[in-house]
Amino acid sequence: MDREGKEKQKKEGFSVARMLEERGVSRRDFLKFCSTVTAAMALPATMAPKVAQALDKVQRPPLVWLEFQDCCGDTEALLRSANPTVGELVLDILSVDYHETIMAAAGHQAEANLEKTVKEFQGKYLCVVEGSIPMKEGGAYGCVGGKSHLARARQVCGSAAATIAVGTCASYGGIAAAAPNPTGAVGVKEAVPGATVINLPGCPCNADNLTAVVVHFLTFGKLPSLDSHGRPLFAYGKRIHDNCERRPHFDAGQYVEHWGDDAHRKGHCLYKMGCKGPATFHNCPTQRFNEKVSWPVAAGHGCVGCSEPQFWDTSPLYRRLPNVPGFGIEQNADKIGLAFAAGVGGAFAIHGAMNALRKDKDGASENQKDGEE
Amino acid sequence: MSDKKFKQYIWELPVRWCHWVNVLSIVVLAATGVLIGNPVFIGSSTDAYLMGWIRFIHFVFAYAFLVSVITRMIWTFTGNCYAGWREYFPFMGAAGRAEMKEVFDYYTFRSKHPPETTGHNPMAATAYFGVFCLYWFMILTGFAMYAEHAPGGTMHSLLKPVYVLMTTQTMHLYHHLVMYLIFGFVINHVYSAWLMDIKEKGGEISSMFSGYKFTTSPYAVCKSRLWDFFPWKSKK
Repeated sequence: MDREGKEKQKKEGFSVARMLEERGVSRRDFLKFCSTVTAAMALPATMAPKVAQALDKVQRPPLVWLEFQDCCGDTEALLRSANPTVGELVLDILSVDYHETIMAAAGHQAEANLEKTVKEFQGKYLCVVEGSIPMKEGGAYGCVGGKSHLARARQVCGSAAATIAVGTCASYGGIAAAAPNPTGAVGVKEAVPGATVINLPGCPCNADNLTAVVVHFLTFGKLPSLDSHGRPLFAYGKRIHDNCERRPHFDAGQYVEHWGDDAHRKGHCLYKMGCKGPATFHNCPTQRFNEKVSWPVAAGHGCVGCSEPQFWDTSPLYRRLPNVPGFGIEQNADKIGLAFAAGVGGAFAIHGAMNALRKDKDGASENQKDGEE
Repeated sequence: MSDKKFKQYIWELPVRWCHWVNVLSIVVLAATGVLIGNPVFIGSSTDAYLMGWIRFIHFVFAYAFLVSVITRMIWTFTGNCYAGWREYFPFMGAAGRAEMKEVFDYYTFRSKHPPETTGHNPMAATAYFGVFCLYWFMILTGFAMYAEHAPGGTMHSLLKPVYVLMTTQTMHLYHHLVMYLIFGFVINHVYSAWLMDIKEKGGEISSMFSGYKFTTSPYAVCKSRLWDFFPWKSKK
């Protein structure tokens, strides 16, 4: 925002609607955005005007965006689109205070901005976290501005009104936490147990869900209801499998057997190619990515389960079941199980043969030689 | 030991029913379960609903199995002494342990005296305790995976501890592995029943249909405790 705009805002008071208007977004587009975001939050359509009213009146809450052990993928997902959507503009307007990747400020100036926000808006600002927090060696594995990630997370997330953990790393440690987890990477909630955290796992997190959470917070002044993993129910309340466009093929028994086979070309179910849709909670099939263009299963690749805890260690990408702990990677549960059952069968066959040959002592054993009655 | 045997009513009707409902459920659940895990069939058209029906059968028998296991557990408190819960912990008493050793020695060819048991063979009863634990593991993981179609629903809320202990993928893995443990048990169980039917000559196998076993003790009768709960009907 330029200086002129800031002064104008001081004079007239800030409103998201006015801000959008200045950026060339019509009232009609704004109301359309309010309707879609209301739908994304799984609220009834009658709530849309209330969302619009709330956004009209909202005071600009400061938002800071921290990056820890991350690949910047969530920022990329948010920024990379030819035409910024209304939702992205809303986030853009909100996120000016501090964002390591896109802020103009640098060095001491940037750190001073962050300090200022944390001090002046204690308990009022929103914090978005991207990336996991290394806990080993007192958090020595990562630092920004001379402070460890852990210290920054405690300071900034601890005094925020709410912290939104975007992406799987910030939610549960993610790729950096994969065994043997050399840096002791954990998600925000584990690193700062006292903070109010909402998790938006996914690799990357869907920007639409982030927008919806922010709008929910602005409209109702609180976070949406969460599941046991701290994820908003509106986005993580249903399995991918249950809303998948390939689901009829699953129920019909039509499966892709090899990449590029006839079934794959016809768009059949990817269950046998290791799709984790049946074990993954996310709204990818309905919300999709990049302005609802596509999502992995629509593109012909199975879900990898990126929004589930431990997905990086428990799920081979192209196999239905996890590997059996303690066995080689080429073994699977069914091979091991069949070998076990065969072993038991063999053992008892030998036992049976030995019994056929044995002679019992008491009277009850006179005519048991043939062994079958 | 004499050859004289006495016909005794050992397995009451609910015990036999639960046994055979378990047998049928395990067979159907294993067959459909293997197909769900590794569908080898091909639906001819999109409206075939093959997997749909297989999963439906799996769920119906899952409920049948659950009802059977719960009924059998209730019967350990209401049935006769051979069905009672104490039967499953023979290793808790000195007499039970001695009996168990006798059976163990016979199984491992260290003794030549086929053991005589009236109700459960103590080795078998111990295995049944183990297999009941496996049943509950399968029921809990199975219904936990099933309940994920409606998160926040009654079943999902009731099974919350399961979700805390395991991720969905882990549940799938162990649901597979424990099936093979149950296969191992079934092989052992059928073999042992066949073996003891021959060695004991007590009608071990047919007793699971008729309820009657032939025992060396004439004083093996013990009545169901069900009538303790309905005293007005206990005139017999």
